[in-house]
Amino acid sequence: MSAPAKGPAIETAGLTRTFHTRRERDVLALRGVDLRVERGECFGLLGPNGAGKSTLIKILTTLLLPTSGSARVAGFDVAKEALAVRHRINLVSGGDSSGYGILTVRETLHLFARFYGVPWPEAKRRAEELMEITGLGPKADTRMSGLSTGMKQKVNFARGFMSDPEIVFLDEPTLGLDVEASRAIRSFIARWVRERPDRTVLLTTHYMVEADELCWRVAIIDHGRILALDTPRALKRALPEETVFVLHLAAPPPAGWDAGIGGIESAIHQTHPGTGGTELRVTLREDQVIGEILGAFRQRDIEVLDLTKHEPTLESVFVNLVGRGLDEADAPEAEARA
Amino acid sequence: MSREPRTFADVLRMNLGAVTARASVRMVAAFRERSWLFGETVFPFLSMSTFVLVYRGLHAPPAFEAFAVLGGAMIAYWNNVLWSMASQFFWEKEQGQLQLYLITPVSRMSILLGMALGGMLATTTRAIVILAAGLWIFHVPFPLERVPAALGLFVLTLGALYGLGMILSSVFLLWGREAWNTVTLFQEPVYLASGFYFPVRALGTFVASAAGLIPITLGLDGIRQIFYGEAARGFLPLAWIVPIQAVLLVLYLFLAHRALLTMENLGKREGRLTIRGG
Repeated sequence: MSAPAKGPAIETAGLTRTFHTRRERDVLALRGVDLRVERGECFGLLGPNGAGKSTLIKILTTLLLPTSGSARVAGFDVAKEALAVRHRINLVSGGDSSGYGILTVRETLHLFARFYGVPWPEAKRRAEELMEITGLGPKADTRMSGLSTGMKQKVNFARGFMSDPEIVFLDEPTLGLDVEASRAIRSFIARWVRERPDRTVLLTTHYMVEADELCWRVAIIDHGRILALDTPRALKRALPEETVFVLHLAAPPPAGWDAGIGGIESAIHQTHPGTGGTELRVTLREDQVIGEILGAFRQRDIEVLDLTKHEPTLESVFVNLVGRGLDEADAPEAEARA
Repeated sequence: MSREPRTFADVLRMNLGAVTARASVRMVAAFRERSWLFGETVFPFLSMSTFVLVYRGLHAPPAFEAFAVLGGAMIAYWNNVLWSMASQFFWEKEQGQLQLYLITPVSRMSILLGMALGGMLATTTRAIVILAAGLWIFHVPFPLERVPAALGLFVLTLGALYGLGMILSSVFLLWGREAWNTVTLFQEPVYLASGFYFPVRALGTFVASAAGLIPITLGLDGIRQIFYGEAARGFLPLAWIVPIQAVLLVLYLFLAHRALLTMENLGKREGRLTIRGG
């Protein structure tokens, strides 16, 4: 079976998935999704609940059949060559826990390694390494039933990497984790991809920062359709938004301070009544104009205490494309079933 | 990196690894969680004792007391098949764990076989305790020289019984939304219909034949005949029981394989294998 090793890690063409419901009309969870994820890429899939992210992941991990269209993972057809796909992938779904309460953390990781035919010495080494990285080391011999939800989720995460997969699907991997645990998981993913340039990560997330930090390219999906696909930087640049600079000044700017400076869309300042410190918010057509502004204050002996550039975020890209924020979307019934 | 098996031996090794891995969970659970051991030995022992004492009170032949002891030991397997085989995939799905098994590259039959093997071994410890306690406390006659022959039929029976459990696990997964109720529905009637505490012949040909589809019915009938001959009041001749059990074993394993494929394909088509969305 082992043939394809070239070509994209993931490729879908016209992928459609319909859920038939008895009471209501059919629900289209995916509507002709075309996607190409290159090998070695950390690819993000952003979308609200019910957008089709998990349905797509379930099809790619051979848990669900497409209604129409095709999907290939590691060069193999997910419907016709599911076994070949399974040898090469793993899946981590946030919010789930792996294993049985009666087993310890270490035993759980060893258990799942055996389902992938990982030789014992390798499984042992990987388990120790993953427990160390995810901070599970001190809990290695604790039963799963004695772990907190966050710890269980870390075990689930470590399990997903026990088989050292070619392509790993991370479905909301930091869902419900505290800030520190999320950061540890993110840094592990970044390191894993960096150290293994031939491996691929497909990450779905609610957290824009996570996608921005980890993903080289991001697809924004809603109602089963891919609305945009590019690098986070390109997506942000494509926004019809100006750059906003926020300056903290030691004193209020005199009237007419901006005379002769072109390219300022708007300038609003607010002075703190007690300290006299001023926050000036300027919207510019071009970044370079900030140099002229700083020069104008220097000439007037007004000290600039602090300067911050506020760039568009993936959140604003998302809102611009979808018309609402991530938390404002409802999940269609079919997605909840998938 | 993925290590796709290249030869049949590699595939076999990988799947045997999965069988032992899944079986080991049951074994670890059996010895680590002692409260289960208590619940699964003491309570069946008490039920069995009731029947032994009733037979003794009625001055029934001693073989009847032995029927109850053997039946009491075998009940542990039926409970294990229902609670830890038939409903297992359903629970795994509810916990979001089934999908983790389904994305592994091993055969689903290996996972089921592992569950069955682990269940059999773990339950055997309970069955031995119940049997030994029954024989020791009630001084039931037990011809030890016939144990090897009985053991042969016992192994055949367990194979067929757990084959049935494997079929049920797929059936329960797709249609047993309320697994608890379904399990309860099966549990008590089978205690009666399979003749755990009395010769199944007493139920008449029709009921006994129907109950024979559950391998433990004829297995128990045959084992009693091996130990106690005519006194066992067997339903079918032993010469028939062995081939019937062998046929049931092959048939149930085949059907379990088919049910598993059907379950997986149907589940993949209808999206019934997982419960989470997102």
